Amino acid sequence: MDTILSTPQMVVEDRERNLFRVSRRAFTEESVLEAERRNIFDHCWLYLGHSSEIAGNCDYITRAVGGRELIFNRDRAGAVHAFLNTCPHRGAMVVREKKGNALSFRCFYHGWSFNVNGRFASRFDEGNYGKEHYSGGCADLAQVPRLECYRDFWFVNFDKNAVALADYLAGAKDYIDMVADQAEAMEIVGSGQQYVINANWKLLAENSVDAFHGFPVHNTYFDYLKNIGSLRMETNAGHFNARGMTDLGNGHAVIEYQSPWGRPIARWVPSWGEEKRPLVERLRQNLVQRFGEERGHRMAEYSRNMLIFPNLVINDIMAITVRTFTPDAPNKMTVSAWALGAAGEDAELRKLRLFNFLEFLGPGGFATPDDQEALENCQRGYKNMREVGWNDISKGMPRQGQPMNDDEEQMRCFWRQWRQRMEGRMEGSRVGGLVGVA
Amino acid sequence: MARDLTALRPCIEDFLYLEADLLDDWRIEEWFALFDEGATYEVPPTGESGETDPATSLFYIADDYVRLRERVVRLTKSEAHSEFPRSSQRHMISNVRILGAHGNVLDVTCNFVTYRAKRGVVDTYYGKHAYRIDCGSEPFKIKSKRSTLGMDMLYPGKLTIIV
Ligand code: FES
Ligand SMILES: [Fe+2]
Repeated sequence: MDTILSTPQMVVEDRERNLFRVSRRAFTEESVLEAERRNIFDHCWLYLGHSSEIAGNCDYITRAVGGRELIFNRDRAGAVHAFLNTCPHRGAMVVREKKGNALSFRCFYHGWSFNVNGRFASRFDEGNYGKEHYSGGCADLAQVPRLECYRDFWFVNFDKNAVALADYLAGAKDYIDMVADQAEAMEIVGSGQQYVINANWKLLAENSVDAFHGFPVHNTYFDYLKNIGSLRMETNAGHFNARGMTDLGNGHAVIEYQSPWGRPIARWVPSWGEEKRPLVERLRQNLVQRFGEERGHRMAEYSRNMLIFPNLVINDIMAITVRTFTPDAPNKMTVSAWALGAAGEDAELRKLRLFNFLEFLGPGGFATPDDQEALENCQRGYKNMREVGWNDISKGMPRQGQPMNDDEEQMRCFWRQWRQRMEGRMEGSRVGGLVGVA
Repeated sequence: MARDLTALRPCIEDFLYLEADLLDDWRIEEWFALFDEGATYEVPPTGESGETDPATSLFYIADDYVRLRERVVRLTKSEAHSEFPRSSQRHMISNVRILGAHGNVLDVTCNFVTYRAKRGVVDTYYGKHAYRIDCGSEPFKIKSKRSTLGMDMLYPGKLTIIV
């Protein structure tokens, strides 16, 4: 049974006193992680990969998602699949490479083989197997119960009764559009970054949309921008003006703000050089033409950090990072992060995009390691949990109107959804209309 | 131009040991002074991805001279939180080979193991360095350094120290 039901509340919201608190046990206990696996990762839509990663027919990649090992591939006809990467014979992982192109998959243990559409394709001599094996499907690769796509972002769900992906994404769709619309097609650049953080996975969910920590933690990054002439404060965003946070429903949230850095989509900064200015201006005009003055400028000028519950982050900042993270233990997660860029992008801009990315983001960047340090410090701080047992996530609660981007309302959206799911209140129900506490 | 490159190895090894020592002792500005103006420092993605150009694929680190200088500046600040308090490091180097020479500039490779300890956790980084070193004058100058990690992913999580 769900442990969280038999224990005191871990997420407490007191509207009268403007207090929102989360028990530190939510970050430390094995039983909580177990309940998360059953209540969250077994029922939510989880990010699998981007269309561009399996661009050609018979392309495949292997990836761990939601505690499973999956194959994400295109068959000979170009149809996209997600298979559980385990042999129906006796369990070996059928595909062991990270990525490739293959006309069929063959399990190396006893040699069962499969078409890339999952069908059992071995032919053994008569007497070995009955016809069930050849036509009954019991020897086929198992498909993930649900596989759906929005704007080239592919998601899986291990609950066959889950609501449609489009309903699940709710308000996040509009913000995915703002990323997907940046060019005719977008693509993942290179193979991305994979690293471990010794902290609970939810700490990274919070951190990824946390503007409160920006200056204290990333001071050295802003110093760097200043030193190299990449800091440009003034903005030209037309009529659009925002510095806020939007609740996107179902635990998803986004913060949007003016940022001082250059954006390869169409925001020039002096360190890029005058010679690139006309090119960037053309990109910007193109956006305005396609999406109108306001939306075009907004796409170009503003940065957005979005969390899609439970563990997908799409941050459209100095570069675009698509990031997902999986718990390995209560105090350990594996992070996969990719750079997304315009397909067919100008080579110089592509380079700027990648440099923008690695200057801030990732284990070797000037910012992400300090986030990691903060998260790992929190996790260690929770050793004092018996005496100091609660996190405070109350910032901005008394504020009237739209929350600010450096409030903590986006985290409260996450935690309300977490609580609902952990309490089993969403079991078997359609979650489309439920948006936390009213 | 048949030069006996192996004869140069002791000098190169000495130079690499000096570099390792400076890093071990957090004498990071002196370490940066080993680099020639215009030098680069890179750490490509992990795994056998064959991704060798930072202009087309995502590296962990792809520093030109300016970004490398700024990396060093950053590491001298206490606000570089991931290295404050500072970790303790030991850089091991072996299998030093001189693969070729272009005038006074040598192509050098070596294996490395770097340990980083902080708050009771020891991280291990290992892989191969590829250098271009200008031996034309004393002290030698590094023209480029590329550190290709041997691990298939970044288990230690951070890459805040110079491996
Ligand atoms: S486990 Fe795959 S063929 Fe036996
Ligand atoms: Fe951060």
